[in-house]
Amino acid sequence: MSVLLAALLLVPLVGGVALIVVRPPRGSVLAGLVIAAATVSLAVGAALRHPHGRLSLFDGVGAGFAVDDLSAVMVVLVAVALLAVLAFAAGEPALASGRFVGLMLVFAGAMLATVTATTLPPLLAAWEVMGAVSWALIAHHTGDPAAAGGARSAFLTTRAADLGLYLAAGAVLAGGVPSLSIDALPAVAGGWQDLAVAGIVIAALGKSAQLPFSFWLSGAMHGPSPVSALLHSATMVAAGAYLLLRTTAGLQATGWAGPLVAWIGVGTALLLGLVALAQSDLKQLLAASTSAQIGFMVLAAGVGAFPGGVLQTVAHAATKSLLFLVAGAWLVRVGSRRLDGLRGAARRHPVLGAAFSVGAVTLAGVPPTGLWVSKDAILASAAASGLALYIVGLAAGLVAAGYATKALWFVWRPSPATVDDSTVGRAGMRVQAVVAVALAVAAAVSGLLALGPDVLRPAPEPTVLELLLSGAVAVIGVGVTWRVAGRLPAPAALLSWLHLEQVARAAVVRPTVRLAALLARGDDLFHHRVVLGIGRGAVRSAHAVDRHVERGLDRGVDDLAAGARALGRTARRPQTGQLHQYYAQAAVGFGVLAALAVLLIGVS
Amino acid sequence: MLSVVVFLPVVVALALAALPATNSSRRFTVPWVLTGLVQLILVVVLWLGLPTSGYGFVEHVAWIPSAGISYHLGVDGISLPLVAMTIVVFTAAAVYSLREERRPKSYVMLFLALQAASVGVFVALDLILFFLFFDLSIVFMYFVIAGWGLGGRARSAALTFFLYTFLGSLALLLGFILIYLAATPHTFDIPALAAQNPLAAGGPVAGAALLAIGLGLAVKTPLVPFHTWLPPAHTEAPAAGSAVLAGVLLKMGTYGFVRIAMPVLPASWRQFAGVVVVLGVISVVYGALVALAQTDLKRMIAYTSVNHMGYVLLGVGAAGLVAQSDAQARQLATTGAVTQMVSHGLITGALFLLAGALHERGRTYDMGAYGGLAARTPRFAGLFAVAAFASLGLPGFSGFIAEFQIFTGALGATPVATAIAVVGILITAGLFLVALSRMLLGELRYPDAPGTPRPFPDLRARELAATVPLLLLATVIGVVPRFLLDLVEPASRVVNELVAR
Repeated sequence: MSVLLAALLLVPLVGGVALIVVRPPRGSVLAGLVIAAATVSLAVGAALRHPHGRLSLFDGVGAGFAVDDLSAVMVVLVAVALLAVLAFAAGEPALASGRFVGLMLVFAGAMLATVTATTLPPLLAAWEVMGAVSWALIAHHTGDPAAAGGARSAFLTTRAADLGLYLAAGAVLAGGVPSLSIDALPAVAGGWQDLAVAGIVIAALGKSAQLPFSFWLSGAMHGPSPVSALLHSATMVAAGAYLLLRTTAGLQATGWAGPLVAWIGVGTALLLGLVALAQSDLKQLLAASTSAQIGFMVLAAGVGAFPGGVLQTVAHAATKSLLFLVAGAWLVRVGSRRLDGLRGAARRHPVLGAAFSVGAVTLAGVPPTGLWVSKDAILASAAASGLALYIVGLAAGLVAAGYATKALWFVWRPSPATVDDSTVGRAGMRVQAVVAVALAVAAAVSGLLALGPDVLRPAPEPTVLELLLSGAVAVIGVGVTWRVAGRLPAPAALLSWLHLEQVARAAVVRPTVRLAALLARGDDLFHHRVVLGIGRGAVRSAHAVDRHVERGLDRGVDDLAAGARALGRTARRPQTGQLHQYYAQAAVGFGVLAALAVLLIGVS
Repeated sequence: MLSVVVFLPVVVALALAALPATNSSRRFTVPWVLTGLVQLILVVVLWLGLPTSGYGFVEHVAWIPSAGISYHLGVDGISLPLVAMTIVVFTAAAVYSLREERRPKSYVMLFLALQAASVGVFVALDLILFFLFFDLSIVFMYFVIAGWGLGGRARSAALTFFLYTFLGSLALLLGFILIYLAATPHTFDIPALAAQNPLAAGGPVAGAALLAIGLGLAVKTPLVPFHTWLPPAHTEAPAAGSAVLAGVLLKMGTYGFVRIAMPVLPASWRQFAGVVVVLGVISVVYGALVALAQTDLKRMIAYTSVNHMGYVLLGVGAAGLVAQSDAQARQLATTGAVTQMVSHGLITGALFLLAGALHERGRTYDMGAYGGLAARTPRFAGLFAVAAFASLGLPGFSGFIAEFQIFTGALGATPVATAIAVVGILITAGLFLVALSRMLLGELRYPDAPGTPRPFPDLRARELAATVPLLLLATVIGVVPRFLLDLVEPASRVVNELVAR
């Protein structure tokens, strides 16, 4: 195991666990920043050196880790996002606890392990730890029941999908790949390959909040904003897209998985885009937009647009962490997450407002920002797979321009007459401004990465016509939405995230709970009636034996004894002690004997 | 050496018997803790000195030679981890009970005797010796529940427990006698029987023997539908008793499958492996679902034990489906099953001790009576959350190491059953998250004593010292499992070869 790789994984994980356990009263934030900074440098080192290592885990199955081209991009992305988010969160005193900072570090550390794992067991392990930590982070404000509900929904939904990975591991083994190596997916034999790929696809769709699992992201919005910033950018939801990009060869090998994944991705991009457009709460809007934007990455994996997907991941991570961090900062300052309540927020907080605007324009896919480039890189490959995919993808791009503009329009409206913004410490404000501006620059120029290394260089390259078309679509979307942003319809189906949560509750949760209650009652009945009944029956039959058989016997013995006693009493009566009576008895006796003798002689 | 490990608690108990029965509990509990620690040191010595194949530290003395019964002890890679886990759980229970106020002398002596019997089950290599320790554990546990039970129905629950499991052990004895009669020369010696394989041809006698043994072990494990003694016994038992009952006594059932049923009756095991798998899956899903519906914390944990033992059966059953899977898959399944026994002992032991700590403060196990404890008692909340996540099979804890191996090893042999069983980890996740939300999150709420608010302090040093090591060990196994698997794998390979012959 390479030292560099081990350090990259262990520094955030061990540091985070130490902070959670020790919970130092002061200095947690500083310690977290130091650890995050160290992680960034380790990630950069790992990206350059491409280390790999393998530990023995189970019989014939190793825990392999490696940094290849894809992982190199991901580890740097995760580490930088972690540092940015922790630096920004340092401005919020409510999030200065060792528990919070430690959990964030473990969260990011688990993502680092996910993106460097080369065999299924460590991938699944890190993947699930990430889900559990997301539970603790979303429920960070322990007194808030809505946060508890959101956290539960997030963990249970993603874990339901994770079951696919458990099955995939078994299928890969049964299909003749004893090492459980992820890259060996195309080599898995027969029907086991279909099962393995299906499992991986389901797990990835769940983690990435794609249809039909999207609803958990809505509940997750009850967590602190920096959590959302990290969860929506480089970790958790990005993990699903990453896994699909990692296994594109496996998806293609089955024949059915590629098109299925592509359609789910583009469908999520369109439908969740519409959901985002209907929201009146900034965090909900951003959350739905995450599902939609990840949909493009999933589409990329489905059509084999590997570099485009990676590019989209990077550009989206910068954009979305920026938008969530600013939304969180406004939540603290303005005290509202409703779009209506945020009117004029960008005017009153110009630096944050400018950064937010750059982020929103990027999210809209307006040229020349990062998401414009990455989306076109993906759509170019989609067009090669089929015109329908391309057209739906373009429509999703139009909707993206719409929801981004809607958010932008509200925060640039004139402020209401009375404004009651709270103030934030000066040092925290400066750090937040620096982080926001840096992320805005990153979001805007991330398209340049397309000219960089192979892993980010689109193939096939989008044509000039395609680039112009999608750019025009974005600009038109922005222009139209800017005019109608205040009076967009919000149908109930879209406002409630397509009723997905209600459907899941009605179709899965409630029947399960009802069945559980039924079984529990039956179990009690079985114990009390049958098990204890057998015991009671035994006691009852013992009583019956006692009453009827035992007492009968007892009485028989008693009667026998009484009879013997009576005989004894009778036998005592002749013994009077008076001689004349004995003579009389003897005379009677002899008389009887004589009569008997006569009788016997007579007979013979 | 093994005899020392087994009988050290008995010696200590006899020495304590000479002391007058006072209420100063430390005089009795401290020697109990020390006994456990000495045993642990001895176990470390055993661990380091265990041979790579076969049984180590064997003691073989003729006992009743005319009936083929001998005093035969030995450990291998399957029994030693269970011995270690047993002593760890008992020592944790001892630390937890340091301030036991109710008749401490008899309490400690009873637990010491139980400790000796429990270790004895796992090192016995003679069927009658196994049966003897197995039965003694039932007797001692009966007195623990009946004498120190917390609820009003302790005696009735103890009696149910005793009669139910005793009936099971009679079936076990019947099975042992059937095997004894089939062997030539007649013997109760486990390694000799495994080598001889007297019922290699299968047939009705072998089937009857497996049925009898399986029934006896299924009651103890417990498998659905023989599990109903478990929840009342747990609800009424004192915390230390529950921890030992779930942590150690249940393993005697599953251990019996691996140590006796699989190697001695391989033909029948292969024949009926499908039945074992189905029983395991039913226990997994049924246990999880019924646990989901519980409002009483201890009953909930008790039903999750049914669920967790179901995974063990799935693993050992899949290992019997020789035709459908390769050696590596069966190896993973068996190793996972053994790991699950160790893991469940540690995690459930911790959960029951934490439930006991909660009961000490609030005088009820009703989860609805508590809320928002994360703010009031952060140490309790943190440890309970860790134990809950460990129990729901989160990676990083021992449960994942066990369950992942079981699922991965079993899927190839029995895909449908495994796919159903995997749902069990989702339901347990759901029930533990609901419990965590109820008790730890939301508004602060805990039951008041009549008239006055109760003091509701966080975990004390004694309670921390009892639960933290259990969870720490579960974490160590979860993060660096090789030290355990290096021991288990060679032994489970031997078992698998015996089954497959």
